[in-house]
Amino acid sequence: MKNPSIDTHPLADEVGHEPLLAVDNLHVEFVTRQGIVRAVNGVSYTVNAGESLAVLGESGSGKSVTAQAIMGILDMPPARIPKGEIRFRGTDMLKLSDQARSQIRGQRIAMIFQDALSALNPVFTVGWQISEMFRVHRGMSKRDGMKKAIELMDRVRIPAAKQRVNDYPHQFSGGMRQRIMIAMSIALDPEVLIADEPTTALDVTVQAQIMELLAELQRESNMGLILITHDLGVVADVADKIAVMYAGRIVEHAPVHDLYKTPAHPYSKGLLDSIPRVDQKGQELYAIKGLPPNLLDMPSGCAFHPRCPYRRDNCVTDVPPLYEISGTRGSACHYYREVLDGTLG
Amino acid sequence: MAPSGERILEVRDLVKHFPLTQGIVLKRQVGAIKAVDGVSFDLHRGETLGVVGESGCGKSTLAKLLMALERPTSGEVKINGVDMAKAHGGDLKRMRRNIQMVMQDPYTSLNPRMTVGDIVGEPFEIHSEVAPKGDRRRKVQELLEVVGLNPEHINRYPHQFSGGQRQRIGIARGLALQPEIIICDEPVSALDVSIQAQVMNLLERLQNEFNLAYIFIAHDLSVVRHISDRVAVMYLGKIVELGKDVAIYERPSHPYTQALLSAVPVPDPEGRDQRERIILQGDPPSPADPPSGCRFRTRCWKAQDICAEQEPLLEIRAGGHLSACHFAEEHDVIHA
Repeated sequence: MKNPSIDTHPLADEVGHEPLLAVDNLHVEFVTRQGIVRAVNGVSYTVNAGESLAVLGESGSGKSVTAQAIMGILDMPPARIPKGEIRFRGTDMLKLSDQARSQIRGQRIAMIFQDALSALNPVFTVGWQISEMFRVHRGMSKRDGMKKAIELMDRVRIPAAKQRVNDYPHQFSGGMRQRIMIAMSIALDPEVLIADEPTTALDVTVQAQIMELLAELQRESNMGLILITHDLGVVADVADKIAVMYAGRIVEHAPVHDLYKTPAHPYSKGLLDSIPRVDQKGQELYAIKGLPPNLLDMPSGCAFHPRCPYRRDNCVTDVPPLYEISGTRGSACHYYREVLDGTLG
Repeated sequence: MAPSGERILEVRDLVKHFPLTQGIVLKRQVGAIKAVDGVSFDLHRGETLGVVGESGCGKSTLAKLLMALERPTSGEVKINGVDMAKAHGGDLKRMRRNIQMVMQDPYTSLNPRMTVGDIVGEPFEIHSEVAPKGDRRRKVQELLEVVGLNPEHINRYPHQFSGGQRQRIGIARGLALQPEIIICDEPVSALDVSIQAQVMNLLERLQNEFNLAYIFIAHDLSVVRHISDRVAVMYLGKIVELGKDVAIYERPSHPYTQALLSAVPVPDPEGRDQRERIILQGDPPSPADPPSGCRFRTRCWKAQDICAEQEPLLEIRAGGHLSACHFAEEHDVIHA
């Protein structure tokens, strides 16, 4: 599967015990007229080959900004990265030249966007847009590129790929457009695939099709998958491990089974309690009170404290570090033990 | 939340076809989008009827028809026994008081140039008999308090509120004329998870307080289950299954309902590999040219010749509730 030309890339030699992709203490801020918006405040996570990491969070939690920083598609300025590393196979990508970065982007780390209609160019045929990957990165001819595009459309199971390769994006349904996005992202056999809310705009039956397709492609090629979502159901279906984000920080990370069984942060616990479920009829829903914080004016101490039912005095003053619970779990709550045991509140 | 049994809304054989035309000067009708194609149901006082279905199934057109924002091609919408589709002028205006709507997107459904007081008080301008002029400000403040907003914020503009608060403004506007029926078209789908629960709890509280009947349209089946007493499943302009929430969710008998339910991700990773998944192939057909007979047959794994020839009627079948499938068979997919 692997194109030999990628493996001779200088980065490929540095494969050690490093994870495939590691985000380490990443900070991203935006300079705006109202002040500095600290969108990401020290996020760390890792993804290995064949592994699925779900990054869960609400709007404004910094989950997409982190992904954009990994891809190197943040507009700088207004964005800037004052601190942190993003290591791909051991090399800090933030220190690479623009040219070296664009060798990685799309080829070795690829991304699927939420809204396929606005991510595709309406004035080019889908075949042209998919084959662009091969023309630009591989120097293929138009004809060979088109052939590859048809193969890929077959692989993501778009019916009658040969006839449809010359259609325009608006001629496809939402689910089919998302398949085209997926075809483009896997065109060059990336090692890491970032999917930013890939199914949010889709109906449930189509969502199921797309998630199944992603899981299958991941199995086939052993990609590392970063799934960014706000949907706790989708996460439970596909992820191996989860990182829960709130106000630009990871408040809890854990293997997926542990987090759903015994959440260790009041925010993840609140989220789990507040979703209605299709397999049981609940009583009144638990609602996390209040609103997510304004990133221009973050609360002191723990950013979640104004909404937290477990709050004590030191939560208002001390920022909780990410406490290590076990080798694979962590929680940024001073009272994670009590949350785990359910003895507080 | 027990429905008192009194019917306040009767919908019979409701049809809405949007004509497809060709030509610029001489417009010829070449077909029709059959957005809603023969829908019948009742709504009782204090009850919530959930309507689920995928995009393009006609659920939002149904909402517009019930609000008399669109005139039906044929069929009846009776509120307290009076047919709204035939009402005009002053009669229609009076009937509209009784049925209000909460829209999906709290960002675009509020006029950014109006204050909250103007937005919530606007219904009183149209139906001035409900609240005399001098009384309006106080009424609006009462409404804001009812939906959990600070009454002192009456002079603020929509952009000064968060998404969840804006949805509360929309709900206050819907309540202003003390309607008996509120149509909620995807009221929580634009909100974050933690805010969704707040708004749903508010809707339930208001229902108990004012004995409201809700038509709750949503594509999220978990949300619909939480709030509904009865659920209607729509596919390509028709109701394919209708029944009490337990019947629909635990004993669905229509293959489409079963596929829809099995596709909903359950927020619990335990046993995720054993869970039954019915993955439907392809997309729904175009409502301009629906398949003959049963509309679901092109994606159905049970389809046989009879499905193409004979349209299955919505009648009581296996499972003891209304289902429109020749081969209706109870099958619990979410606990399987």
